[in-house]
Amino acid sequence: MIRFAAKRLLSLILSLIAASIVIFAVIEVIPGDPASFMLGVNARADTLDALRDQMGLNDPLPLRYINWIGGMLTGDFGTSWTYKTPVADLINDRIWVSLPLAIYALLLSTLIAFPAGIIAASRRGGPADISIMGATQLGVAIPNFWFAMILVLVFAINLRWFSAGGFPGWDNPALALKSLTLPAIALALPQAAILARVMRSSLLDNLGEDYIRTARAKGLTRRQALWRHAVRNALIPVLTIIGLQFSFLLAGGIIIEQVFFLPGLGRLIFQSISARDLIVVESVVMLLVFVVIVVNFAVDLAYATVDPRLRAKS
Amino acid sequence: MSRNIALGGLLTALFTALALVSFLYTPHDIQTLDIPNKLQTPSGTNWLGTDHFGRDILSMIMMGARTSIAVAVLAVGIGICVGVPLGLLAAARRGSLLDEIIMRGNDLVFAFPSLVIAILITAIFGPSAINAIIAIGIFNIPVFARLSRGAALPIWERDFILAARVSGKSSFRISYEHILPNITNLMIVQGTIQFSLGILAEAALSYIGLGAQPPTASWGRMLADAQTLTSIAPHVALIPGLAIVLMVLGLNLLGDGLRDLLDPRIRRARA
Repeated sequence: MIRFAAKRLLSLILSLIAASIVIFAVIEVIPGDPASFMLGVNARADTLDALRDQMGLNDPLPLRYINWIGGMLTGDFGTSWTYKTPVADLINDRIWVSLPLAIYALLLSTLIAFPAGIIAASRRGGPADISIMGATQLGVAIPNFWFAMILVLVFAINLRWFSAGGFPGWDNPALALKSLTLPAIALALPQAAILARVMRSSLLDNLGEDYIRTARAKGLTRRQALWRHAVRNALIPVLTIIGLQFSFLLAGGIIIEQVFFLPGLGRLIFQSISARDLIVVESVVMLLVFVVIVVNFAVDLAYATVDPRLRAKS
Repeated sequence: MSRNIALGGLLTALFTALALVSFLYTPHDIQTLDIPNKLQTPSGTNWLGTDHFGRDILSMIMMGARTSIAVAVLAVGIGICVGVPLGLLAAARRGSLLDEIIMRGNDLVFAFPSLVIAILITAIFGPSAINAIIAIGIFNIPVFARLSRGAALPIWERDFILAARVSGKSSFRISYEHILPNITNLMIVQGTIQFSLGILAEAALSYIGLGAQPPTASWGRMLADAQTLTSIAPHVALIPGLAIVLMVLGLNLLGDGLRDLLDPRIRRARA
């Protein structure tokens, strides 16, 4: 297990380095000089050069890469060119919208998907199964931002149960959670549809196994065998999907944030793109990719802990 | 399961037909604005009503179908044309350094959510439908590379491949003449699924302004324009969304049906 973990850790570090080089290289080829963008077209050449110096734009590329990575590792993400505040602070302000939203959505998705998948599998072919499968078919086809707009129309505009957008901050946690509820539902439902399908098929695979027959022979009812044995084993692939969905929810939140005017990472990244504040774009993208890679690593480890066969394979 | 193919095929054919007809005829011209006639509910002259510029929504949906289908088809094309050869190459040289490099490269691209790729590409080249195609296409490459490698590996162990080898065929020729035909069905099924994901991705990118730009009609853009109008004219927001749902639903049903038809052994869950 230690060997496996060490190997995985090495590949985690290599992936992070490779990803950071890709992001850095992409941002570097962007046309347009941020210094002249900040100072406008009438800037004098020497002022421009001084600013470029100050921003570190005159340093050679490898040095700038090392400075960027070194800074990130020590929590210094550089200073935003437009906001003039540390990028770390900008991210810190927004992550407390994006992260809770992703977690909230993940909880909802799991809470919906587990019962739906279990009911569908245990009544395979029955009306409950058919309607749940039909609903998931519809769920994966609905764009989450359109679903969000419908939620706003029904629950914010017509029924007035929720506000149509904005975020009041965490001073009042109940209010904050309430304002994240519609966005979380919009994000969660399509993911719940996928998860319910995985849960159902994983459970059906397990229900066909010999150990279920043994459990039935031992005198358990179908229902008892399902709950005591099959569900636990079926959870393994489901947990993998949940891990993958978390990174998707964090990145996918960018779009939902636009629908609800939430001040999260999505808003930050779009403002930064239009202001050519590339250092912010670079850092936020790196952060998202970092989360994806680390979550995948954690899922691999968790999987190997539960299922020893996987350790042997790699 | 042929019911899936029938319904899915019907929906897909309907939208494809709408897109094709739009080259010859749309009920109204969407380039001319008719502001006094804005936000009309569906009627005899405007079957699906008009938007905030008085443009005919049915005509916009037809033109938008064109954009959606073109973007998704080209993005899947990029994924197949780059991903499948990579996957076949990795399978032909399985266990080698090349295999390792290709697969780790795939993992790397996989670590970038499609939206993030789109953001990076837009940050460089600015928003356009072409850049949306590239972003979704790049996202599709590792999907097809992994799938084709995984499908090709067991085929390499079969006796008829050994026979081909003994007869002196190179591994490239074997990949092309024997492996590829055997994985085509799987690629068609996955292609249908990626096609539907491409439609969703295009709509999302256009919605947040990273995809098709005006005056190009796009379902995602129509939704973005309609967002502030939902309370006054809900149909303007509902119709483009329904178009997306029906198109994606159709493709998913078609994909499911094709999978059952082409490979009855595989009854995997869609994840």
